[in-house]
Amino acid sequence: MSVVLVDAGGTNIGSVRYALQRLGVDAALTSDAAQIRAADKVILPGVGAAGPGMARLRELGLVDVIRGLTQPVLGVCLGMQLLCAHSEEGDTQCLGVVPAQVRRFAEAPGLCVPHMGWNRLSPRAAHPLLRDLDEGDWAYFVHSYAVPLGSYTLVGSEYGDGFSAVIASGNFHGMQFHPERSAGVGATLLKNFLAL
Amino acid sequence: MLSRRIIPCLDVRDGKVVKGVRFRDHVVMGEIVDLALRYRDEGADELVFYDITASPEGRSVDRGWVERVARVIDIPFCVAGGIRSVEEARQVLYAGADKISVNSPALERPELVDELAAAFGVQCVVVGIDSLRDDDGEWRVRQYTGDPSKTRSLPRRTLDWMIEAQQRGAGEIVLNCMDSDGVRKGYDLTQLTAARAVCRVPLIASGGAGEMPHFLAAFTQAQVDGALAASVFHSGAIAVPDLKRYLQQQGVVIRLQEAADE
Repeated sequence: MSVVLVDAGGTNIGSVRYALQRLGVDAALTSDAAQIRAADKVILPGVGAAGPGMARLRELGLVDVIRGLTQPVLGVCLGMQLLCAHSEEGDTQCLGVVPAQVRRFAEAPGLCVPHMGWNRLSPRAAHPLLRDLDEGDWAYFVHSYAVPLGSYTLVGSEYGDGFSAVIASGNFHGMQFHPERSAGVGATLLKNFLAL
Repeated sequence: MLSRRIIPCLDVRDGKVVKGVRFRDHVVMGEIVDLALRYRDEGADELVFYDITASPEGRSVDRGWVERVARVIDIPFCVAGGIRSVEEARQVLYAGADKISVNSPALERPELVDELAAAFGVQCVVVGIDSLRDDDGEWRVRQYTGDPSKTRSLPRRTLDWMIEAQQRGAGEIVLNCMDSDGVRKGYDLTQLTAARAVCRVPLIASGGAGEMPHFLAAFTQAQVDGALAASVFHSGAIAVPDLKRYLQQQGVVIRLQEAADE
């Protein structure tokens, strides 16, 4: 099986790659359109801001490449947000393969932004990506923008309001938390993605 | 519900984990990767590595061990130590660290915090603050605390710097209360409570943990997001799983390791 990590400059690429290695998969790091199209699985990691993230994908000529993929695709953290239609962060048009809007967390007393730390997952749908995931399992989040709950939500979490922790639309999937940093739960979810 | 975080801190010197008392007299505690894995297996929520000699010696952190840790660890970790530029931060983040923490270099040149936040997003940028109460009763920051012979007192008040650091783009603050560091008499709840009132990003307590109720007090009285400690964990005086079970019994929202993960 060939797995590629889209090298769009996210700083967590190394960590995601090591997490896949711990599962016995050596993923190639690439920004080559042909290699991405030919892969069995495509992962779009990402840490940073939506505007620069989209700008990098445009510079690399990868916007239409990613939109046109038909194999399983996984966006992680910012990578998940880039799969959505639009982000409030820098008023950025994103890839639009998941019909969702990305909004900033509202600050409130006792709610720090960024939302940083371990939070509970709450599965809301049956999906092979969620095999062995239990209600209340913990995952590690670091983000200031989030995708509200919607028909695309596979797993919800709560910080003030509910928000999407895992989303899917067709072959496109996203995880808002960092599976590469979510201990055994994260490893399980990555394994499930590789098995899609 | 977001859980409160238990964060073992590993002070790194010449590639080994060390611990001193009040930042002095460092003794070697063990190998970096071994200790990192041990804490991961025990259920630590996050790890912080401080290259304590990097800043006083004017050099950046050695990225070799950062990469070794990143390969084996599946919980988040933060690296601190002499990071003075976006380029140095990029090296550490690309080696696999989730966050970088700046302390003395941010005091040298506060614009560093703005530059790091613009380059990597606020969620990667932790500002560490070493604070000591002066004779006039004010908390003020200290610089180059890794080496007592080079430690400097600055006129900057701790809470003023905390506010400025957030305005510049700090995504998290670690407040190390040096009066209580290493002496295990408890976190400085007065200072942490004052800090909490001006800190709108996650706040991590550091310095003084000696017993399990000290952690409970930091969470319930000072409302910190995470509690960092070193010697009590390294010495085995407190085991992370016991601490987390205790905190959960006391009503603190805490992540307990799932059985399948052991």
